[in-house]
Amino acid sequence: MPGTSIYPPDSAAQRIGVPRETLPLEKRVATVPDVVEKLVKLGFTVAVESGAGDAADFSDGAYRAAGAEIISDAATLWATSDIIFKVRPPSLDEACLLREGGMLAGFIWPAQSPELMQQLAARHATVLAIDCLPRMLSRAQKMDALSSTASVSGYRAVIEAANAFGRYFNGQITAAGKVPPAKVFVAGAGVAGLAAIGTAANLGAIVRANDTRAEVADQVKSLGGEFVKVDYEEDGSGGGGYARVMSEGFQAAQRQMYARQARDADIIITTALIPGKPAPKLITADMVQSMRPGGVIVDMAAEQGGNCELTVPGKAVMRHGVTIIGYTDLASRMARQSSTLYATNLLRLTEELCKAKDGRAVVNMEDDAIRGLTAIKEGVVTWPAPPLKQAPAPAVRAAAAPMAEKKSGHRHGARSPLPARKLAVVFAVAAVLFACIGAYAPTAFLGHFTVFVLACFIGYMVVWNVTPALHTPLMSVTNAISSIIAIGALVQIAPPEAGAAGRPDELILGLAFAALVLTATNMFGGFAVTRRMLAMFRK
Amino acid sequence: MSQSLATVAYLGAAILFVLSLGGLSNPETSRRGNLFGMIGMVLAVLATVFGPRVSPAGIAWIVGALVIGGGIGLYAAKTVKMTQMPELVALMHSLVGLAACLVGFASYVDTSLHFQGAEQTIHEVEIYVGILIGAITFSGSLIAFGKLNGKIGGKPVLLPGRHWLNLAALLLAIWFGGRFLDAATPGAGMAALVVMTLIALLFGVHMVMAIGGADMPVVVSMLNSYSGWAAAATGFMLNNDLLIVTGALLGSSGAILSYIMCQAMNRNFVSVIAGGFGAGTPNKAAPGGKAAQPQGEVVAVNAGETTDMLRGARSVIIVPGYGMAVAQAQHTVYEIARILREKGITVRFAIHPVAGRMPGHMNVLLAEAKVPYDIVMEMDEINEEFPDTDVAMVIGANDIVNPGAAEDPTSPIAGMPVLEVWKARNSIVMKRSMASGYAGVDNPLFYKENNRMLFGDAKQMLNEVLAALRA
Repeated sequence: MPGTSIYPPDSAAQRIGVPRETLPLEKRVATVPDVVEKLVKLGFTVAVESGAGDAADFSDGAYRAAGAEIISDAATLWATSDIIFKVRPPSLDEACLLREGGMLAGFIWPAQSPELMQQLAARHATVLAIDCLPRMLSRAQKMDALSSTASVSGYRAVIEAANAFGRYFNGQITAAGKVPPAKVFVAGAGVAGLAAIGTAANLGAIVRANDTRAEVADQVKSLGGEFVKVDYEEDGSGGGGYARVMSEGFQAAQRQMYARQARDADIIITTALIPGKPAPKLITADMVQSMRPGGVIVDMAAEQGGNCELTVPGKAVMRHGVTIIGYTDLASRMARQSSTLYATNLLRLTEELCKAKDGRAVVNMEDDAIRGLTAIKEGVVTWPAPPLKQAPAPAVRAAAAPMAEKKSGHRHGARSPLPARKLAVVFAVAAVLFACIGAYAPTAFLGHFTVFVLACFIGYMVVWNVTPALHTPLMSVTNAISSIIAIGALVQIAPPEAGAAGRPDELILGLAFAALVLTATNMFGGFAVTRRMLAMFRK
Repeated sequence: MSQSLATVAYLGAAILFVLSLGGLSNPETSRRGNLFGMIGMVLAVLATVFGPRVSPAGIAWIVGALVIGGGIGLYAAKTVKMTQMPELVALMHSLVGLAACLVGFASYVDTSLHFQGAEQTIHEVEIYVGILIGAITFSGSLIAFGKLNGKIGGKPVLLPGRHWLNLAALLLAIWFGGRFLDAATPGAGMAALVVMTLIALLFGVHMVMAIGGADMPVVVSMLNSYSGWAAAATGFMLNNDLLIVTGALLGSSGAILSYIMCQAMNRNFVSVIAGGFGAGTPNKAAPGGKAAQPQGEVVAVNAGETTDMLRGARSVIIVPGYGMAVAQAQHTVYEIARILREKGITVRFAIHPVAGRMPGHMNVLLAEAKVPYDIVMEMDEINEEFPDTDVAMVIGANDIVNPGAAEDPTSPIAGMPVLEVWKARNSIVMKRSMASGYAGVDNPLFYKENNRMLFGDAKQMLNEVLAALRA
C-alpha cells in the first residue's frame, strides 16, 4: 500500500510508554487508568513511569490495576517503548532518550522548536504532533487536544477570576440589600472563550463577548452570552478555525469597543491568538486604568505575550487596582480533568492508527487527519502538511443560508397574503368564469352554484383553524360526513314518482339500496371511529 | 313533513356540519364537534326519510340498509387498530366513491325526471361528472388501501409515458362526455357512461399506483377531497343544497389538507400527483450526490448507552416516524417518556406534518398510547427548542430529520422543512439499518459528530431501553 508502512517491522504488539512530565508546574499526564484499559484492548502493552500521574491524582496502583506496567526510571521507559505519549514537547535531553526509529505523540509545536525537530528527525523518529491536527475535519474533532485543553482552560479562567473577584457573580436580592450581577467581557470566542462564556453565564454573570469572526455570534448566544459587534464591516475568519489579522480601520473601531467594555466590565477574559504571531495587544494600560477597582483580567494568551499590555506571564499581579492574571498553566491547574480529556484524544488517535486492533500503529499518510499531524515520518520531516484537499467551502454555507430563509418564508406562505399580481390574475380568471356561468346557466343552477361557492369558502375558513394534531380525526369525520351522499340514495329508493310508466323501479331500488348500505357503513363507522380516536386525546 | 320543513332541517344539518369541523380546532372541543356531526347527520337523514321525496313504501328498505351498513361500520370502527387508521380511512373513501357512482347511475336511468334544454344538459353533465369523480375516488382509494396495508408494494409503479396515458384518459373521458350528451337513445348514453366509468376506474388505479409510500398523506387527503366533490356533484344532480354544501365543505377541507402536506414536503401538488418521486430523484441526485457525500463516521451505541444519555439529559425530544407505527412501539415510547418525566426530565414529542402515512397519523398513535397532547408539538412550535435540548431521539424516521434539506442546496429534498434534531446537543437515531429513507437520499445526520445510531428493531430496542431505565 503506498504511503503506508508498518512500524517496526517485527510483528509483536507494540509498547506505549508514558513518562512523567518534566516541565516545572506541569501536572498533567498523557494517559489515565481508564484509557490504559482501552489501549490494552487495542492490543498494545502500556508502561507508565512511576509517579507520572501523581500530580493529577492518578496513583501508580491505579495504573497497575488498569493493566499498565510501572517503570521506575525514565531512561528505561523511553528505551523500552515503541511509542511515547507525552503532553508537553520533550526537552532536548528527553528527545535523546527516544529509541532509534521510535514513535512520539503529543504537543510538539514544530514551528517554535526547529532544534527539537532536527534532533527527532536524526533519530529516525515518527512524530505525531497533536497540535498540527487539521481541526476543520469533523472526523478529527475527537482527537482535537487543542480544543479539549482550551475548554478546560476557559473554565479554569473563570474560576481563577471568581477567586480573585471580591463579589458574587450572580445578582441577588438579600436581606442586606441588592447585589448587582458581575459583568464579564470575553475577548475571543474560540473554544476557550466559549467555555469561559458558558461557565460565567452559569455562575449568573452578565456575559458579553466579541470575536472578529462574525459567525460565532450564534454560539455565543447559545451559551447565554451577548455578542458585541465591532462597528466596522470586515469578517476575520482565517484558516483552521483561527482568526486572522484585521485591517487598520477595523482595529481602531475594535479598540474603541474594548475601551467601552473595559469601563463597564468587572471581569475581562482575553483569549485572542493569531497562529505563528505574538498575541494581539487588545487591552491597553489606559483601559486597565479605566476599570473599576477590584476588577479582574484573566489573560489566557499570556504564554504568547498576552492580550493585555500589563500582563506578566505566569503570574497574577495587581495594577491600578485591577488583578491581572497571566497564568500559563490554566489547564494544568485542573490536571485530573485535562489529563482525562487529553488521554482520550490520544486514545482516539491510537484507534485511528490501529484500525486492525492488533496492537500495531500504522501511519496512513492517505488519511487527511493523520497526514496533517504527522510532523516527521521515519526521520523525514513532513511538516508542514499540504493544505487539505477538500476544505469545507464557505460558499456552500452562504448558499444554504438564504435558502433556509426562503424555506421558512415558504412555510408561512400559507397565511401570508398573495403577491398583488398573482391575486389580480386569480380575480381575473374568476371574473371570466363567473361571467360565462352567468351568461349560459339557468337560474335554478345558479342558486345551487351560489350555495356551492359560499360553502367552499366556509370550508376553507373553518379547516384552516383545525390543529394539525387532529388531522386524522378531521379526515375520518369528514369522511363520515361525506356519507351525506346517503340522501341521494334515500330520495331514489322510493320516491312518490315510483310506479310511473317506464321507470325501472327495481333497478333503481337495487342501486340505491346498495349505495345506502355503503354509505351507512361509512356513516356509522366514520363517526364511531372518530369518537374512539378523540376520546384518546387527553392532557 | 313539508318541503319547507325539510329544507330548514337541511339548513340546520349544514350548520351542524360546519360546527363539527370547527370543533376540531382544539382537542377540548373536538369531542363535541364529532357529536355535532352525528346530530347533523341524523337530522339530515330523518328530514329526508320523512320528507316529501320518500314514500312510506321505502321505509323498510331504508331501515334494512341502515342496519346492515351500520352494523358493518360499527364493527369495523370498534376492531380497527390505531396503526391501521390510514387503511380504514382509505377504504371508507372508496365506499363513498362507489356510492356516488351508484347514485349517479340510478339517477340516469330514472326516467321520471324531466328537464328541458339547458337544464337537461346541465343535469347530464352533473351525472357524468359525479360518476367520473366517484369512480376515480373508488378505485384510487382501493389502491391506496392496498398500498397502506401492504397488500400492494409501496414502491411507485411507473408505466412508460404515464403522463401521456393520463392525458389520453382525460381526453377520452371528455370525448365520451360529448357522446353521452349527444346520445339519441338512453342505451347509447349508457354505453358512453359505462366506458367512461371504466376509464375513470383505470385512471384512479394508475394515478395512485404511481405514488410512493411516503407521499401517501397527500394521496389520502386528496381522495378525502374527491369524496367531498363527489358528494357535491351528486347534490347538483339531485338539486339538493345540503349535499352541495356538505360536499363543498369536505372538498375544500381535503384540498387544504393536501396543500398542507405538500408544503411540508416542499413539493407542489401537481408533482406529487403526477407521481413517482423515485423517478425524479436519480437525475437530480447524480450531480449533487458527489458534492454532498456526508463526511464523518457513524457511531453506533447500544441500548444501555442510550439509557445513560437519556438519564443524563435535562430535556429530551422524541421524534417518531413511520417506523414507530410499523413496530407498534408507541406504548413502549410512552412508558419511557413517563419514567423520564417522573425523574424530572422534560420530555416532548415533535411531529413532522408528513410523519407517517396520513395527516396527523403520529398524533393519533401517541394519543392511543395515552401521551398527553400538550407535550406533543408541531414542527413549527418545537424547531426552535432543539438547541436547548440535551437529547433528541428519532424513532423510525429519516427524511423528516435530514439536515441536507436545510443545509445542502444540491440535495434532492433541499428546502423541505425538517425537524432540526442535529441542533440538539446529542441525537440518537433508532433505525434498522443504514438504508436511506423514502426519498432515497443519504442522511448526513447519521454522520454528525453529535449523533449516535441505535441499530435494531425499534420495539425491541425501546423495550431494552425501558428495562434499563427501570433497573
